[in-house]
Amino acid sequence: MSERRLPPVTELGVVSMALIVAGGITIAASLPGDVALGLPVALLAASALVMVANVVALARAPGFNRAAFFGVAKWALLAYCVVAGILWFVFVHDGTRGGVLAVLTLSLVVFAVHVPLLIGFTVARYQ
Amino acid sequence: MLASMTDVAVPVPAAAPEAPPRPDFEIVPLRGIPIVGAVLVALVAAILANKLWALEFFHVAAGGLWTSFDLFLGFVLGPILGRLAIPARVELTTRLMPKLLLIMPTLVTCTLASGWQLGRLLGTVDSGYVNHSWIVASYIVVGVMAVIALAVLEPANVAVLFELKKPRPDPQIIGGLMKRFIYTAGITGAMQVATLIIMTKIATG
Repeated sequence: MSERRLPPVTELGVVSMALIVAGGITIAASLPGDVALGLPVALLAASALVMVANVVALARAPGFNRAAFFGVAKWALLAYCVVAGILWFVFVHDGTRGGVLAVLTLSLVVFAVHVPLLIGFTVARYQ
Repeated sequence: MLASMTDVAVPVPAAAPEAPPRPDFEIVPLRGIPIVGAVLVALVAAILANKLWALEFFHVAAGGLWTSFDLFLGFVLGPILGRLAIPARVELTTRLMPKLLLIMPTLVTCTLASGWQLGRLLGTVDSGYVNHSWIVASYIVVGVMAVIALAVLEPANVAVLFELKKPRPDPQIIGGLMKRFIYTAGITGAMQVATLIIMTKIATG
């Protein structure tokens, strides 16, 4: 059986998710007072970078079944946009604004993109 | 990064020799989607109303179910699944996992969204709350569970179902993905014990 080598998408996904979760915990632990955004922004930037690296690595992977990937990832993206949207709504409804809302919004965007990417990848690698 | 590639795409063999028979099934049970939609609409209504009972209901009911599912899957069903004969495992998987694909994200969303709103209403998520360190511990536990469940467990769950949809599923691929499912379900089950300890401490002050 011949095998195609693929980038470590799942491992990078775990790292990216862990960074985004750490940033969210840092913010949540400081509310409702003044939140120092330095660490959460750094964690968000690192998480987004890992996600971009994951996307680029996957886009360049030879022989990867992109049709299967997009066939699954688009529906997962829809589902996780709904989940992220509800969580975002809770923050906005509670009066979260400014830099904290911006960091939380971008964190939810990374979450809503990366989970479908991982689902699509795990399915497509066996197709 | 590309030099240290670790994941491997395994092309499906022309004919998997011991492909187990499996019933036809939907990967995502479409009949369940309206129910999920109704639950999420009710959740948003509860958050908008900001009423203690509604928020408490969503947080306790969804959180209790989430914890129960994780403990049951991790410590009861998971080990049983691992020891079942392949045809029995396939039969159970095709009936259980599609339902979990709808149930688990819905429970998690309801628990977290209502829990945050409840915490704002009661002041328990404020940094000045007397048991703030316990609240932060709960964030960490939920965070670890989220990373494991979303990045590892759920993709494996979906991939198993797609493999089982094939005319000739590969038992090796299914076995590998099921192993991932069983181990991660065990880890999230263990994390749920921590959740029970933390939440009962917070509830009793």
